[in-house]
Amino acid sequence: MEAFDRVMKARAKGRPTGLSFINHIFDDFLEMHGDRRFGDDSAVVAGIARLNGMPVTVIALERGTDTKDKIMRNFGMAHPEGYRKALRQMKLAEKFHRPVICFVDTSGAYCGIAAEERGQGLAIAENLMEMMALKTPVLSILIGEGGSGGALGLAVADEVWMLENAVYSVISPEGCASILWKDPAKVREAAACLKLTAQDLLELDVIERIIEEPSDDFEEVFATLRRDIFTTVSQNKQLPVEALLEKRYNRFRKIGVPK
Amino acid sequence: MGVLPKNLFKKPNNPLENYDKTKTYSPDIPSEMCIPCPSCKAILLNGDLNENGHVCPKCGFHFRINPRQRINIIADEGSFQEYDAALRSRNVIDFPNYDKKLKHALLESSAKEAVVCGRAKIGGYDCCMFVMDPYFMMGSMGTVVGEKITRLFEYATEQSLPVIGFTVSGGARMQEGILSLMQMAKTSGAVKRHSDAGNLYAVVLTDPTTGGVTASFAMEADVTIAEPGALIGFAGPRVIEQTIRQKLPNGFQRSEFLYEKGFVDVILKRTEQKGYLTTLLSLHQKEAN
Ligand SMILES: [Zn+2]
Repeated sequence: MEAFDRVMKARAKGRPTGLSFINHIFDDFLEMHGDRRFGDDSAVVAGIARLNGMPVTVIALERGTDTKDKIMRNFGMAHPEGYRKALRQMKLAEKFHRPVICFVDTSGAYCGIAAEERGQGLAIAENLMEMMALKTPVLSILIGEGGSGGALGLAVADEVWMLENAVYSVISPEGCASILWKDPAKVREAAACLKLTAQDLLELDVIERIIEEPSDDFEEVFATLRRDIFTTVSQNKQLPVEALLEKRYNRFRKIGVPK
Repeated sequence: MGVLPKNLFKKPNNPLENYDKTKTYSPDIPSEMCIPCPSCKAILLNGDLNENGHVCPKCGFHFRINPRQRINIIADEGSFQEYDAALRSRNVIDFPNYDKKLKHALLESSAKEAVVCGRAKIGGYDCCMFVMDPYFMMGSMGTVVGEKITRLFEYATEQSLPVIGFTVSGGARMQEGILSLMQMAKTSGAVKRHSDAGNLYAVVLTDPTTGGVTASFAMEADVTIAEPGALIGFAGPRVIEQTIRQKLPNGFQRSEFLYEKGFVDVILKRTEQKGYLTTLLSLHQKEAN
């Protein structure tokens, strides 16, 4: 399958979105709203839940299901208050020693007047810094589209996993094509050049694991995640905090060291 | 930038450390040469511009400058020692034409990468310093920029030194794909460690600072300074206009706008920065035990 076909699969109608992962994998989900600074951003869903009995914090970028829901959630493109809502929940997770699990699916952080006015760059930057030092296990899973800084703002973690048909990129193939070839039609070439598939990212040592999608119904994916998220965060919970943070720092520190 | 000839400040010939301050900043432009100000159209003598930190004496327009010029204005004479000068970018994901682009950037800017890092004294105070280069692929951040910034913050943490940074960047370097995106997390980790160890980080945001640099180390300082009129934002104005399909208001994403919204501590003209940074550093001297 070509890279751009993966992009189309990642964006496909009917593909389960963030909330669907939360509902299928966790029990007792209590959703929490608001960033206590400005408002509540529905592009980010966050709360507390139980996984195999263990209390965890779950955060998801949610692009919405039907038209009305999509508009309400701004198609999964978060504003600064979305990143700040997520950060607030992460700090509470740290306080109560709950592991954090993030589901990432966004074409990017929203580009608009209000987003800039409220500090989109600052909000993402603060998440990167704080997540790097969060004293509790963090696991991020790319379930659909991983659009640039808007995705990274929820993907600084001890491990990053990707679904087989998820993509993760510094720029969209459309954006890349129009900058590089001044021709938005060359998306297929751009997608291939960007190395954005799960397989590419595994080879580049940017992710730890690919979660296979054996069929179009996601039951097996949910079952795998239910089992393996628990195993991984339980193991990371056993590590002394210093060792956990050292591991997280080095995970990113080694990426792109010139040879 | 209107009528400004394109290659005006692009070809520094001297290595950074040995630069002779008595000569003009841009060796290839004689000081008696005239340059029109892109803002007020006044005809300026290059020599007068050099004397004034490359700021138009008539209207205050801040010309873009390269790291060497910046270091000359800010650091004490002869104090700057460059680190990791030999690190060169490679075509890490075999991106089409990236090798050619890099070669071109090397020739155009005479710089080796989009950031210069090192140690310096400012007003007699020791610090680490990074200065980004608008003439090297628009100051974009790839793996080498990420690595140099990270190493600088790690070194500054080890040595308990403050970091003074000057940003100018179009964002992450597309040609290095996901590896350039990851530099945002890597640099943020190093800034966080430096900060948690009780060290000062002050940043001067210059025109333009956007994209992945804004969403990482440009916005992570203890003290945030901006040059007048600089474009500072996450998304570039053109991308926003395409998204919302309307024209942006005048002054949107400029330093003065960010200041009004509470994202900037102070706006300082280039000629005021050294004095301010000297006082700032003196106020953060650690007590000797
Ligand atoms: Zn002028």
